[in-house]
Amino acid sequence: MKKRILSAIVGTAVLGFAAGTASAATLDDVKSKDSLQCGVSQGLPGFSNPDQDGNWSGLDVDFCRAVAAAIFGDASKVKFTPLSAKERFTALQSGDVDILSRNTTWTMSRDTALGLNFSVVNYYDGQGFMVRKDLGVNSALELSGASICTNTGTTTELNVADYFRANNMEYELVAFEKADEVVAAYDAGRCDVYTTDQSGLYAQRLKLTDPAAHVVLPEIISKEPLGPVVRQGDDQWLNIIKWTHFAMLNAEELGVTQANVDEMKNSDNPSIKRLLGTEGEFGGAIGLSNDWAYNVIKEIGNYGESFDRNVGPDTPLAISRGVNAQWNDGGLQYGPPIR
Amino acid sequence: MALQDVSQDVGQPKVALFNDPKVRGWVYQVVLLVVIVYLVVVGVQNMFANLAAQNIASGFGFIGRNAGFAISQSLLEYNQAESSYGKVYIVGLLNTISIAFIGILLATVLGFLIGIARLSHNFIVRGVATVYVEIFRNIPLLLHIFIWYFGVLRLLPHPRNSGDLGWLGLLNNRGWFAPKPLPQELFFITAIAFIVGIVVTIFISRWSRQRQAKTGQQFPVFWTGMGLILGLPVLVFLVTGLPLEFDYPVAGGFRPSGGMTVIPEFIAMLLALSTYTAAFIAEIVRAGIMAVNKGQTEASHALGLRHGPTLRLVIIPQAMRVIIPPLTSQYLNLTKNSSLAVAIAYPDLVSVFAGTALNQTGQAVEILGMTMLTYLGLSLLTAAFMNWYNAKMALVER
Repeated sequence: MKKRILSAIVGTAVLGFAAGTASAATLDDVKSKDSLQCGVSQGLPGFSNPDQDGNWSGLDVDFCRAVAAAIFGDASKVKFTPLSAKERFTALQSGDVDILSRNTTWTMSRDTALGLNFSVVNYYDGQGFMVRKDLGVNSALELSGASICTNTGTTTELNVADYFRANNMEYELVAFEKADEVVAAYDAGRCDVYTTDQSGLYAQRLKLTDPAAHVVLPEIISKEPLGPVVRQGDDQWLNIIKWTHFAMLNAEELGVTQANVDEMKNSDNPSIKRLLGTEGEFGGAIGLSNDWAYNVIKEIGNYGESFDRNVGPDTPLAISRGVNAQWNDGGLQYGPPIR
Repeated sequence: MALQDVSQDVGQPKVALFNDPKVRGWVYQVVLLVVIVYLVVVGVQNMFANLAAQNIASGFGFIGRNAGFAISQSLLEYNQAESSYGKVYIVGLLNTISIAFIGILLATVLGFLIGIARLSHNFIVRGVATVYVEIFRNIPLLLHIFIWYFGVLRLLPHPRNSGDLGWLGLLNNRGWFAPKPLPQELFFITAIAFIVGIVVTIFISRWSRQRQAKTGQQFPVFWTGMGLILGLPVLVFLVTGLPLEFDYPVAGGFRPSGGMTVIPEFIAMLLALSTYTAAFIAEIVRAGIMAVNKGQTEASHALGLRHGPTLRLVIIPQAMRVIIPPLTSQYLNLTKNSSLAVAIAYPDLVSVFAGTALNQTGQAVEILGMTMLTYLGLSLLTAAFMNWYNAKMALVER
């Protein structure tokens, strides 16, 4: 009996180690699971937010659905894992999620020391401050001595520290683990200031009891390029993520939309032909079918459509394109050519 | 034992080495040890190999690096511009210890009161205690924490119209701004008087116990002790000319300045932890007292002891033997539960070190390892102290 237990222990140990070493090709894993595991936020309107029935929507959610559409031709083959700011990198490192699409800021230390790769920037953001209107504050420079609510484990804590130090101001930082608790504490008056990425401020303001009583200050104190993250060491997977985003950008630039994508298949424009896979073998080069980009646009639409649907001027967030416009519109979004 | 004695009487029978139970026992132990050591070594090697393969930074070099973020409560001088991750660890640890220590004291006092109230002959007192225990024991702790936190926050006024507590300072939803004591030059004499009072009281109580054992005469140890520990320092304090001043907080700006601050997260966490754990301690105390046979009370009364001495000299010493072991695990629970503080932004070890520092450095294995060892150490220390106390209270057989 003892012997059998012992051999069982040794056996599982050896098997366990063997399984631990063999997981390089994320695309094969995703295909064999028949779904993409996508790490998202625990609820940030406009970016990744579940509705009452548990259906996720938002810019970051759209991106995961687009990747699923590129792989499976079916945008619904995604499972979402809500992650706190604290858990997100560990979840990706350990393989719990295949892609982290969770308004995550691209910084050098995260890109180099965590064993992760940032792929593209799907939203250019910057950190801002929100205060109560009746406080009578017009600039972040008037905030010396204020109590500031934010999330733990984010770049915002460090940015606030730098900004207040640089301007010789005092402050008290109250850092919560979950965004909902930050909102609740700010709403209850624990803090004078709520700080996070400016897009997040517009989104979280909707959750306050009286959104109109709060104002986002004009200062932007940091660069926050947000984008999807993958594990290091799987170039094919990184390529799929990058080119899914670029395909959505190119589609917008070329005027290919969810509505007209079927007509566009007959277009004579060689750029559109290469994008939609009627010419060339670009899908095969990243391990996908040739109509990968067609599927993305058919199911999700181009980048501009996704932006307008989730955060654009007609949504409650009412964020203008700004730096997130196409390069030829004065923005920073630039899709390298498919050729 | 008995079996061994018999075999020794008969003399060791000759058996093959392989069949000797002693040898076999040793072989099994050694094999098990080798397997465990092997698994640990392989596991650790595997971890480092995988970390290196995935390009994840490892090692403890981060401890000396500058942390660069602020912490809302720090018992030490903490400066976000210069302090390192090592300092963050110590600040977080001290915050955890302070909430656990004060929480344990409060929970014990409250728990004993409610536990005794549950055995009261007064219907209302008993009823209130029962309702308290049932409510607090049966709601998850995290909800307690949220209720206290957001309840406390909503009740307190905005800093612009802070509640004035007079000589206790100011109270608003940024915390309790208490006057900060500033000891002056001669204050050390008062401190010395306090220590002298404690030492002398200990000697007096020993002497009086010995005298009572010899002659039966009693000595008012309690009142003498109170006089020495409290009266003497107060007298010295007055004689040396009140060598203590206070820095009072002044309202203004975003929050009052000066004084010292007790943040609302600390207050909420303390209330939640101690009221929750007190419900369990109350049940342990009740069980302990009920475990003492009624005959003990009757025997004590028959010997002529009145109700007070019966409780103090007969019931409680016996009840403590039942109470202490489960009480220890409640103390350990309270310490570990303090890690829920992260939910309401109380900067404990889990929040600042296993939270923010972990996220900034990305070194999960090292930081979580350190945090786990720290909690293990804290728990073992608490348990060691309680075991010592338990051994002291245990039945001494003569």
